[in-house]
Amino acid sequence: MSDKIFICRCEDLTQEEIEQAIDEGYTTLEELKCKLRLGMGPCQGRGCLLLARRLLCQKTGKSTAEITLPPSRPPFIPVSLGTLASDKDE
Amino acid sequence: MNEIDHKADVVIIGGGVNGCSLAYQLAKRDMKVVLCEKGHLCSGATGRCGAGIRQQWSTRENTELAIKSIQIFERLEKELGLDIGLRQGGYLVVVHDESEMSHAKRNVDMQKALGLDVSILTPDEIGDVVPILDVKGMHAVGATFCPTDGHVDPFKTTHAYAQAAISHGAQLHKFTKVVGIKKEKNRIDSVLTDRGKISADFVVNAAGAWSKQIAEMVGVKLPNKPFRKEILVTERVKPLFDAMVISFKDGIYFSQQEEGQVLGGIPIPHEKPGYLTAPTFDFLHHMAKTLARYAPPLKHVNVIRQWTGYYDVTLDARPIIGEVEGVKGFIQCNGFSGHGFMLSPMVTKILTEYMVDRKTPRILERLNLSRFKGKKIVREISVVG
Repeated sequence: MSDKIFICRCEDLTQEEIEQAIDEGYTTLEELKCKLRLGMGPCQGRGCLLLARRLLCQKTGKSTAEITLPPSRPPFIPVSLGTLASDKDE
Repeated sequence: MNEIDHKADVVIIGGGVNGCSLAYQLAKRDMKVVLCEKGHLCSGATGRCGAGIRQQWSTRENTELAIKSIQIFERLEKELGLDIGLRQGGYLVVVHDESEMSHAKRNVDMQKALGLDVSILTPDEIGDVVPILDVKGMHAVGATFCPTDGHVDPFKTTHAYAQAAISHGAQLHKFTKVVGIKKEKNRIDSVLTDRGKISADFVVNAAGAWSKQIAEMVGVKLPNKPFRKEILVTERVKPLFDAMVISFKDGIYFSQQEEGQVLGGIPIPHEKPGYLTAPTFDFLHHMAKTLARYAPPLKHVNVIRQWTGYYDVTLDARPIIGEVEGVKGFIQCNGFSGHGFMLSPMVTKILTEYMVDRKTPRILERLNLSRFKGKKIVREISVVG
């Protein structure tokens, strides 16, 4: 069995990769998102952002309250283009 | 956070792709550079853009800048030793009627004269390039296609420039806000930030949609207006097409990214300028409807996210670059009107050569702020999003 710990399952990001990016100076969740695509998969960060925030706290010594979560982007669940394209009476 | 230097040759305001590219090139030429970014790197338009790079324009200036920019992108990974995610799958520009076709032919002639490999496609040939397109649904009478257009990853590129800039000695300060700029007679003296003052010979305004406010700090009025632009992305699907598809008439653009997601945008109907950030359902519906008409198989693909960013729009949809008349040392690098990412390599090269070698190519004169003063405006019309 692999001893890798996955934090962001949509984008296949391990704890090690996230910690390395924090060491390189990407010290906010927004920056980790830009650098690693953290939280940009279909679950939109539901599974990983809080875990990544904890890693940030451990690494930077900040409290959870000091680390802002990226804004939630709509739609809040995946919706097909066909559904979004349909008109009221269809 | 590292200490800020209080004296520099150049202070760059804005940590998007233009600011970071400029920081790298100037530092490489031994200039002492300090870059100030109020958020994180690529937190503005760069990190929100559609990632396309295109050379098919209606004005000579934009075509020239874009052709040379792509030549720089092509060798950038080697130069920086870092991945920038370059993929050249081409841009397919859908043409909808005879009047648009005559414009397209004129543009193609101009682009070819500048050395670009670009051609006009028949409706049948459209399907050969992007098989999922519905020629009838798009109301296409043809298309233009340039195979060397494509994509570059804005995050990777900006971070690569930033890393290279730092290794050449530039200081990049994120979460550092510029609160004022001091003039001494008719020249730039220093930049005031929330972390102290920096004296400089040159100040570059690369603040994107916030450039207007920066310019006001020295009493310079920019005609730029911020426009909210929306964009959506789908879940990842298997590779379906390589080219970016765009239409100037419908304003739509969409492409498949390297990881498999389809990404695209379209203008929000009746959008007014202003600092609006909320995503709208009107966009989602309008985009989904148009995209499903262009590429019916995508109906079954899930949209996972939509977001907004700003176009920093000028009167002629072309950037404002170069030194401002009457304020020595104050350099503009803004007003990109939605094309800042793809034009950045050449624009920043020109500005670097201006600041280091005092070179003034004609294009720098033609894109100076002074062009709006009582002269006829030549508008770039090949615009999407």
